[in-house]
Amino acid sequence: MSTDEVLASERRQLDETWSGRPGFIGWLTSVDHKSIGRRYIVTALVFFALAGIDALVMRLQLATPESELLGPDLYNQFFTVHGTTMMFLFAVPIVEALGIYFVPLMIGARNVAYPRLNALGYWVYLIGGVFLWTSFAIGVGPDTGWFSYVPLSGPEFTPGKRADVWAQTVTFTEIAALIAAVEIIVTTFKLRAPGMTLNRLPLFVWSMLVTAFMVLFAMSTVATASIMLALDRLVGMHFFNPAEGGDPLLWQHLFWFFGHPEVYIIFLPATGMISTVLPAFTRRPVFGYTILVFALLTTGFMSFALWVHHMLTTGIPHHGSSFFTAASILIAIPSGIQVFCWIASIWSGRPVFRTPLLFVAGFLFMFVMGGLTGVMVAAIPFDQQVHDTFFVVAHFHYVLVGGSVFPIFAAIYYWFPKLTGRMLSETLGRWHFGLFFAGLNLTFFPMHALGLAGMPRRVYTYRDELGWGDLNLLATIGAIVLALGVVVFAVNVVTSLRRGESAPDDPWGADSLEWATSSPPPAYNFHPVPAVGSRSPMWSAPPDLPQVTGLAFDKMEQLVTSTLDAVPDNRQEMPGPTIWPFVAALAIGVTFITSIFTPWGAVLGAALLLPPLLKWGWPKPKHEVHA
Amino acid sequence: MRSRLHCAGWAIAAAALGGCEGIQSALDPAGPHAALIARETGYLFAMAGTVFTIVMLALAYALFHRRAGRQPVADGTLARWVGGALAVTVVILLVNLVVDLRTQRALAGIGSDEALSIEVTGHQWWWEVEYVHEQPSRRLRTANEIHIPAGRPVLIELRSADVIHSFWVPKLHGKHDMIPGYTRTIRLQADAPGVFRGECAEFCGHQHANMALYVIAHPVEEFDRWYAQQLLPAPPPADAHAEAGQRVFLSKPCIVCHTIRGTPAGGRAAPDLTHLASRRTLAAGTLPNTREHLAGWVLDPHSAKPGVRMPQNRLSRNELDALLTYLEGLR
Repeated sequence: MSTDEVLASERRQLDETWSGRPGFIGWLTSVDHKSIGRRYIVTALVFFALAGIDALVMRLQLATPESELLGPDLYNQFFTVHGTTMMFLFAVPIVEALGIYFVPLMIGARNVAYPRLNALGYWVYLIGGVFLWTSFAIGVGPDTGWFSYVPLSGPEFTPGKRADVWAQTVTFTEIAALIAAVEIIVTTFKLRAPGMTLNRLPLFVWSMLVTAFMVLFAMSTVATASIMLALDRLVGMHFFNPAEGGDPLLWQHLFWFFGHPEVYIIFLPATGMISTVLPAFTRRPVFGYTILVFALLTTGFMSFALWVHHMLTTGIPHHGSSFFTAASILIAIPSGIQVFCWIASIWSGRPVFRTPLLFVAGFLFMFVMGGLTGVMVAAIPFDQQVHDTFFVVAHFHYVLVGGSVFPIFAAIYYWFPKLTGRMLSETLGRWHFGLFFAGLNLTFFPMHALGLAGMPRRVYTYRDELGWGDLNLLATIGAIVLALGVVVFAVNVVTSLRRGESAPDDPWGADSLEWATSSPPPAYNFHPVPAVGSRSPMWSAPPDLPQVTGLAFDKMEQLVTSTLDAVPDNRQEMPGPTIWPFVAALAIGVTFITSIFTPWGAVLGAALLLPPLLKWGWPKPKHEVHA
Repeated sequence: MRSRLHCAGWAIAAAALGGCEGIQSALDPAGPHAALIARETGYLFAMAGTVFTIVMLALAYALFHRRAGRQPVADGTLARWVGGALAVTVVILLVNLVVDLRTQRALAGIGSDEALSIEVTGHQWWWEVEYVHEQPSRRLRTANEIHIPAGRPVLIELRSADVIHSFWVPKLHGKHDMIPGYTRTIRLQADAPGVFRGECAEFCGHQHANMALYVIAHPVEEFDRWYAQQLLPAPPPADAHAEAGQRVFLSKPCIVCHTIRGTPAGGRAAPDLTHLASRRTLAAGTLPNTREHLAGWVLDPHSAKPGVRMPQNRLSRNELDALLTYLEGLR
């Protein structure tokens, strides 16, 4: 047999070993990071669309003064569900989803470190999201804001189940986020291709690694807070009740200790996406690899020292608040470094004006604007005027939509061929970019002026005589343009999936490892598994990537390498498809949902959860050793 | 005039969009606190506008400069530019910090010879206002309007009776939260007589959007007259019709929550109505204080302010008419 024929037969064998079961059962039992990552991405995008429609209805309500489209009851649910969905069900999950799909491919692994846990994370997330939106649909959507300040969200001022729905949704998504963080950390540290030292780690993987560590600290804090809130509401604790020695400000400290890192949890992976997309469209490696990694690490650390700037109007002592002002101003330094490095890369490269680069440029425009208004609101006196006004709404939409959604769209246009084997249409991509960019600026720029003119956030209506009508109408028109942009994107995805130009393995001539395999990748990701000798393996070594040999074909084997230098350590057999993560997720769902109604939910849940966990973890008989 | 010039000077973008004028605009300050903050705002806009323009020009150059026949830029050159930009960034940020700390110090140093001290308590969804005086008989309770003497600082103590609210009158000062279990103290001062609108700035439930208040600054003598007049108990009903109205008020659930000094009505769960007719608005800035709106409000408060704590009232046409006449007499 020729080498090619040998390779083809080995690949057939691997395909048989790694492919899960077919059909619906296969879908429920899959533990492949690609199929889980794919459904994670699709689910997150569906929630993005839902929360977007939600926002559009809010904009219609605010288009004219004293409008009666939505009453206060519905409007308060709409803005709460919009914020909760965008933060907990879209922004964090989509970056983790892209991480779960692409981190193994970018480091030359065949799956994530704990494939079954990974499946559990997705199912828990899905149940949490469906729970929130079902509640919303039947009129018990939470209505106390995505930040659910006590005592408003406490048992006295929000009787009924709405605040419980919020608290449990948060707990669901925290579990999913913590699982994804553990996956990404262990996968990155232990499953890299030989030769991919930490010093050669792609910047997207670096950003996911830093983010994952931030998730561990931030999400466990908010999970604590949401459980304390649930205990206040369910079993009459008084953590936050001032009449019984509790403290409403405690909630704010816990929430923002999570809430501020949260925006960097959303933003850092987006910077990783920018650093990933740029090389292919500037035809050079990103300038300043080392300093970019340092910027990620410093941002990760510093983001935990800023939370009090969300509380500057609560009467924090001057000395203390000045510290947080200084920290809030200083975090602009690593962000500034990143922006300068990217502009330098474009300057010295040869820009290729395809859709991903347009989104990168749009990102730089939006993010620099939002970053600067961020520096402005770090100033305490100025913040006391604009805090909780539309100025801040404008600021964080520039930062979050500009700073995160633009890079995500850039990354989707860039990675779509790898995900699906088809190219997205360039023409529709340009329309998408143009409408989205114009719509965003039209929607959010006028809000700066509205905030300074005195319009507070979270109001379902405003008086005609205050003169805010014109700018609000403009913002609503902008929101419609923005929505059209997203519709064009959806059309692009659907038509390209059916009739798109089919994609070669490496359509962009990009530099990282995911382009070394076919589009879409086979179940086993790589054969042969590559070995890496530089930061841009596809540019420095093709077509002769050095290879790993010696992994079994009839077992799901994965090479485990050392943490710092990725020296081969051992071979590990990876677990195969199983139904138990799905069953365990259902049991967790029953626990959380019933415990809204009775503390016995926790007991019932434990009883339901035990069997699938036992079955999941039951030791298997040792395999016979193959010759 | 000066504030107008300032307004034109700063925030060109916001001004172009009409952010400057208005009874509730942070860019049109009417007191020393808001003026200092507006000056900081001006600096911050100038800083942000300049940096944004420069970075965008650099981006445009990076994207579109002609490359034909040009060598790629050496990494050393790039490093120098990035290093230079970084140095400038650090300098700008330090200047920001200094400006901020100086503004804070200046704010803390504004006059402390308060003319009077007022306790403001946030309720879902109205403002209780109580003027403090060492003689209990000269303490004064009212709602949703704060009258102050112009040109003098007043001390304001902020509290909450239920959830977190935020006290914000943009033309006079930034916002300060009212947190249950805590008391916060701030100073306000209006430079000249005038009317300034404020609005609750922390989401506080259903009717967060309809929780406004007015600060009305008077010349000192006018303020003293107002205060003396407000201290008086409610005027007795002027005629038999109004007297019938008073009987309606005292025999219906109104009395459970509202106070009218000089009558047996002494409830404290809702605004004090002793001088209701002297106020500009009803229901914390929700409706103008006219007979028609008052009628609608008394019968069905939920149509103007859904979710408000006040119940609907079933009154006959005669009862309503008498009640309105009585309430309109509470000057």
